[in-house]
Amino acid sequence: MDFLNAIVAFANFVLVPATSYGAQLALGALGVTLIYGILRFSNFAHGDTMAFGAMVTILVTWWFQSMGINFGVLPTALLALPFGIIATIGLLLFTDRVVYRFYRRQKAAPVIYVIVSLGVMFIMNGVVRFIIGPNDQKFADGVRFIISARDFKTMTGLSEGLAIKASTGITIVTAIIVVAALFWFLNRTRTGKSMRAFSDNEDLALLSGINPERVVMITWIIVAALTTIAGVLYGLDKSFKPFTYFQLLLPIFAAAIVGGLGNPLGAIAGGFVIAFSEVTVTYAFKKVLKYLLPENLEPTGLVQLLSTDYKFAVSFAILIIVLLFRPTGLFKGKTI
Amino acid sequence: MAEPFLIGENMTGGYGTGADILHDCTVSVDKGQIAVIVGPNGAGKSTAMKAVFGMLNLRKGAVRINGEDITGLSPQDRVAKGMAFVPQTSNIFTSMTVEENLEMGAFLRRDDIQATIEQVYELFPILRDKRSQAAGELSGGQRQQVAVGRALMTQPQVLMLDEPTAGVSPIVMDELFDRIIEVARSGVTILMVEQNARQALAIADKGYVLVQGRNGFTGTGQDLLANPDVRKSFLGG
Repeated sequence: MDFLNAIVAFANFVLVPATSYGAQLALGALGVTLIYGILRFSNFAHGDTMAFGAMVTILVTWWFQSMGINFGVLPTALLALPFGIIATIGLLLFTDRVVYRFYRRQKAAPVIYVIVSLGVMFIMNGVVRFIIGPNDQKFADGVRFIISARDFKTMTGLSEGLAIKASTGITIVTAIIVVAALFWFLNRTRTGKSMRAFSDNEDLALLSGINPERVVMITWIIVAALTTIAGVLYGLDKSFKPFTYFQLLLPIFAAAIVGGLGNPLGAIAGGFVIAFSEVTVTYAFKKVLKYLLPENLEPTGLVQLLSTDYKFAVSFAILIIVLLFRPTGLFKGKTI
Repeated sequence: MAEPFLIGENMTGGYGTGADILHDCTVSVDKGQIAVIVGPNGAGKSTAMKAVFGMLNLRKGAVRINGEDITGLSPQDRVAKGMAFVPQTSNIFTSMTVEENLEMGAFLRRDDIQATIEQVYELFPILRDKRSQAAGELSGGQRQQVAVGRALMTQPQVLMLDEPTAGVSPIVMDELFDRIIEVARSGVTILMVEQNARQALAIADKGYVLVQGRNGFTGTGQDLLANPDVRKSFLGG
């Protein structure tokens, strides 16, 4: 019984939250990796693109809510999501047209692109704060829990509860659907294959008649969808605050690099590696150990390796270790 | 004499705004024949071929295919005109399967490409067995087959090969030359740059020996092989 309680406590505080966080990071990292593979630069504006997509979705959600439109047990934000995606597609295509295309024509070095994306980041950052403000915004509605801790306890008779939030369930289901659709697109469709070809060997892709501007445009459209979905899921799960999205940049980049930049499969694996490390390292294991160890060995401290304030240090440490010992990432990616 | 099917005439030019590499260089090939460009290192062999394909700026001269002047066209537009080019290096999509490589070769085509894929597999049977394997995992000779197969997917009238046998074993080289002859017999005009001059000239209908970006010797492959000057200065006796 104690053993079961330990497992449930571990699942409740580590497994479930990390899975949901991992899925959100994976969606973010997929976008970063696609841009790196096709446009060949690290897009620092990624976090703020997520914030922009989430912001538009939130505004539309509020509008729907004010009109009394809702999605039953599911959050209204899912209904508003397509609008967020469309607005973000518009934003990214506009940015590409007025900013990135200029540098593409110049055949600018990747480092110039990075700095340019930094500038784009600051502008998007400002736009989002200007429109919705820098504060926390709540927009989640619908049912809050799939299983609440109390229901779980009465169901199983265990003293530990396992709560699964609706947002966790939605995150995981959505992530699976999006990833499956993306891989289907990249591996089965003509356009998707042409994107992979362009990423693999740009010169040969041109010789084969693949239109680079079209590939770039489709990449931005996919990235807009991925970032908006990731941003909205993260906002539903935690809350929406522009600054947190900016901070997400680090774990997202860590995920993409750990998995191997340019490799979509790696981005997903990297997302989960980062999420699980972050949550495991910052979780206080006292509760779990209490069930597992005999009474006289019970820990007196929290058994927490790192305070949650330092969670970004985890991404940083993993990032540095990977760059030192395996610069191509876990899966075969490109070296940066 | 009628004009050859493909001709790069009096080509003078170099890369970008750099110095001229080619000086009044002419290469041409008749329909369904094999022309080979040979020459010492740095003679401008690859450059001459790239000039025909539109990859450098010509300051003088013209390129014509089937009588049509294509001097001003980009390489991509020349692909649409029926030319296909196999670069010397990075000539396959390494992360994609053999079959996907062939599909990408046919990217410009909107009709059914299955029949052409079958033809490529008949030409290179080993590729059929490796069709779902990543092209980057294949051996050097097999990669070259994928590269040639990819270029053939547009059903080109002219196939241009930049040192197709670079880095493959002698046995594989003979095999590749056999396949190239087979492609030529099916009516595809072939222009090829080769390092292995002796073997290449042996299968060539027409040979060009370039020396410092100029036409050194020109003739049928057999003529050049028999020419004492060519033998002495270039083929090593």
